[in-house]
Order: sequence, then C-alpha cells, then structure tokens
Amino acid sequence: MSNPSNLKYTASHEWVKTEADGTISVGITQHAQELLGDMVFVEAPQVGRKLKAKEECAVVESVKAAADVYAPVSGKVVAANGDLDGAPEQINSDPYGAWIFKMQPDNAADVAALLDAAAYQAVVDSEAH
Amino acid sequence: MTTLKTTPLNAAHRAMGAKMVDFGGWDMPVNYGSQIDEHHQVRNDCGMFDVCHMRVVDAKGDGIRAFLRYLLANNADKITLPGKALYSAMLRPDGHVIDDLIIYFMTEQWFRIVVNAGTADKDIAWMKQQAAIHAPNLTITSRDDLAMVAVQGPNARTKVWQVLPQTKAATEGLQNFQAADCGEYFVARTGYTGEDGFEVMLPKPKVEAFWYALNKAGVKPIGLGARDTLRLEAGMNLYGQDMDESVGPLESGMAWTVDLKSERDFIGKLALQANPPSSKLVGLLLLDRGVLRGHQQVHTAHGTGEITSGSFSPTLEKSIALARVPNSVAVGDTVQVAIRDKMLSAKVVKYPFARNGKGLI
Repeated sequence: MSNPSNLKYTASHEWVKTEADGTISVGITQHAQELLGDMVFVEAPQVGRKLKAKEECAVVESVKAAADVYAPVSGKVVAANGDLDGAPEQINSDPYGAWIFKMQPDNAADVAALLDAAAYQAVVDSEAH
Repeated sequence: MTTLKTTPLNAAHRAMGAKMVDFGGWDMPVNYGSQIDEHHQVRNDCGMFDVCHMRVVDAKGDGIRAFLRYLLANNADKITLPGKALYSAMLRPDGHVIDDLIIYFMTEQWFRIVVNAGTADKDIAWMKQQAAIHAPNLTITSRDDLAMVAVQGPNARTKVWQVLPQTKAATEGLQNFQAADCGEYFVARTGYTGEDGFEVMLPKPKVEAFWYALNKAGVKPIGLGARDTLRLEAGMNLYGQDMDESVGPLESGMAWTVDLKSERDFIGKLALQANPPSSKLVGLLLLDRGVLRGHQQVHTAHGTGEITSGSFSPTLEKSIALARVPNSVAVGDTVQVAIRDKMLSAKVVKYPFARNGKGLI
C-alpha cells in the first residue's frame, strides 16, 4: 500500500489530513501499523486538550507492543475517534481511514510544512537500513 | 552488527511471508500476517511452529535415572512408562532456576532432555559438570543434528499422521506427555500452547520437506508472537521472563514440580527448605481498558509486586498477565497496576486462562 499523496506525514509515523473545516485528522501510517501488528487498544487524547507539536498525546497498543502517538503540530484536540475503542483493528485494516483524533491547528502553515508522501517514504526507507 | 543464528527453516519462513525478528540472537518468524489469527488458528484447528532453536540433549548410560533424580527438582522416578515425559526445573545449589526443561524416559539407559534455546549451552555445561562428579560413566550429547517442529491444535495429530503415516501405529496410543521413538522421527505428545498436538524431532536435512508437507496438508505456520499469547493463556512459564537465575521455583508457580516431601536429595533442595518463599506467581485479569506488560508494578494491600509476562488474550479478548506478588495476595483480590501515568484495576485469578480451545476465566 502506498502512502496517499493528499496527506501529510511526520517522521514519527503519523499521517495528517486537512479537513474542509480547517481541522486535521491524525492517524498512524501503514508502515507503523505493520511494524506494530494486530492492534488491541487505542487511547486517544481528551477533547479540549492543548497540544504542542511533537508532544506525546495518544497510545496505540498491539498484542506485541505499546507505541506513543505524537501531536504533528501545535493546536487543540477537537475530537477523538470512539469507534476505535471497540474496533482497534480498523487501524490495521484501514490505516488511512482510521483517524485517532482531530485537532484545530494553531497555525495552518505548520501543517503545510510537514512531510509529503515522497519525503515520508524516504524516512521509511532510511529506517530499513 | 552480530550475525543472527538461523534454523534450517529460515528460507521457508521468508518464502511464506514471515516477518522476521531477532529473538535472543536467532532470526525467527514473529508472525506471517496477523498474530491474532494465528492464535485462533491453533486454538480452533492447528498450526506449526519452528522450534529448531530449542536444544535436544540425549543422556545415556547406566545410572541415568539416579543422576536425573539428583540433578532435577522434579522427581525422575515419577516417569516409569516408556516415553513418558516430565517437566522440571534445574536448580543451582542456592535454589535459583538455571532452566526449565522436559525429560523423556526412553529406557533405563536413555533419557532425552529438551532445553530452552538461550540457556542450552550453560545447561549442558552444568549437566556435564555434575555428571563428571556424580555419574562419570554417563554421556551427555547435544543433538545439534536434530530439528524440531511443534504441530499444535485439536487437529494437529491427524495432520501429522497424514504427513508421516509410518509413525501413526506407534503414536496413536500415546498419552498426553508421552513420546515414541519412530526411527528418524521422535514424536512427543507435548507442546507449549495448552492444546493437543505433537512435537516432532527429526534430522535437520528432513525438516524443510516436513514443514512444506504439513503446509500442503493445510497446517498453517505460526510465529513466535502467537506462541507467546498461547503459552501465556495456557499459564506456562517463559524462562527469562517468569523466572531466571534470580528466583526460585516456589516464587515462580513451579511448586507443583518440586518434590520437597520425599527423602530424595537434589541440587537446590537444602536452599529451598531453608528459604521459604515470600512471593508467588498469580494470574491477573485487567478490569480496565489497556494492556498489561512485563515489568509493570502491581500495587496490592500486602505490598508491591511486578508483572513478569503480560499481553492481550485473543481467547478472552481481555488483557492478562502473570505477576509475582507478596504471598498474602489471594485469588479474587483487586490490585492496581501502574500503566504509564495511570493506575488500572486488575483481578487476581487462578490460571491457566485458556486451554483446549476454551477460556477458563
């Protein structure tokens, strides 16, 4: 599965989608879910919480391991995906559909400055060596 | 970078799409896709595991039973039926656990021993050192020429018979925990999953063909990830996690394998008698949402303890763990487990958590 070109990415393996209303949806990439394996638990941040870029704000746990999810940019949490509580495996089956939380970014330019699909792929490739 | 050791099935794992990981210095498959699917596959049908990294040791000579009676915490005299197996700890003189292992009684001149991969070299050195003192006529041989495949699940035996029909007559009457020597194939009704099945030892050059033949018969490969959740549900210890050389068997859920009542002397017995344990291993079932993991601290009304193995149980769809806690903690107690910045509630339960396809909690 290739990384969708309409999304932005972080070196810590989050994807970021800008929605029509200016908020962003955040999930973990295909590469990240593949490394972690079968997901069994997702802990999203509290709605209303203010986050700084690169702050630990959510946890995804597979059978194998727990991994932190980081805020891609600074901003405020506006929604958490409650569907994942009962079906965390959606992150495995549809990583780019299974958003974990939504944020209102402080600055839209911060989102624009994130990695594009090609730059993210370069990060993944460099980790393989 | 150190070079990882490989089993004779390494190429087969890669061909079957395995994700390979460094497992104690061995390049081993952690899964071939979904670890949870593999787990259910074994509980509901059958699957096969590469366990070639484990070591087979043959101990031969007159007096082998007497030597094992002294070497091991469990009593070799319990196995008198040919082929019968016994699980035991091997202890240091101070009562701490060198390894846990299985011995098979074949004849009064031959016991077969299967030990863990990571401990094999120190185990064999210890056995030889003790034999040199107490039974110099015995030979202790590491069978590096043998491979081992575990086929586990309710349909496992049928599949093995389909692939190795020549072993059926000798193995269909085997009890649980009993093995038969069928020439090139040594077939044992043992395992590490809590399901029925066989562990098959065979010459290394034959193992790849055996693996593919099983696969052709419909047996799916299972990685170490599911092996760990299966054994944890079955309440089976993992050496290096649930016990090691820093603890004794009585603190490790292995009291049932240690015979302190008989007159028999064995290495570590005096130390066990002199130092009654202050902690014990219990099962935990997480009541809150989350996943229990090794080394998380457990807070109880009687002091703190620590999780030794924790994971998500695919059978129960809840998180479970083994934890070493103060002796006074009782089944039914609610304890608190520190997970990141939270304290989550867990219930102390009797284990195993699941066996033979069914949850037991």
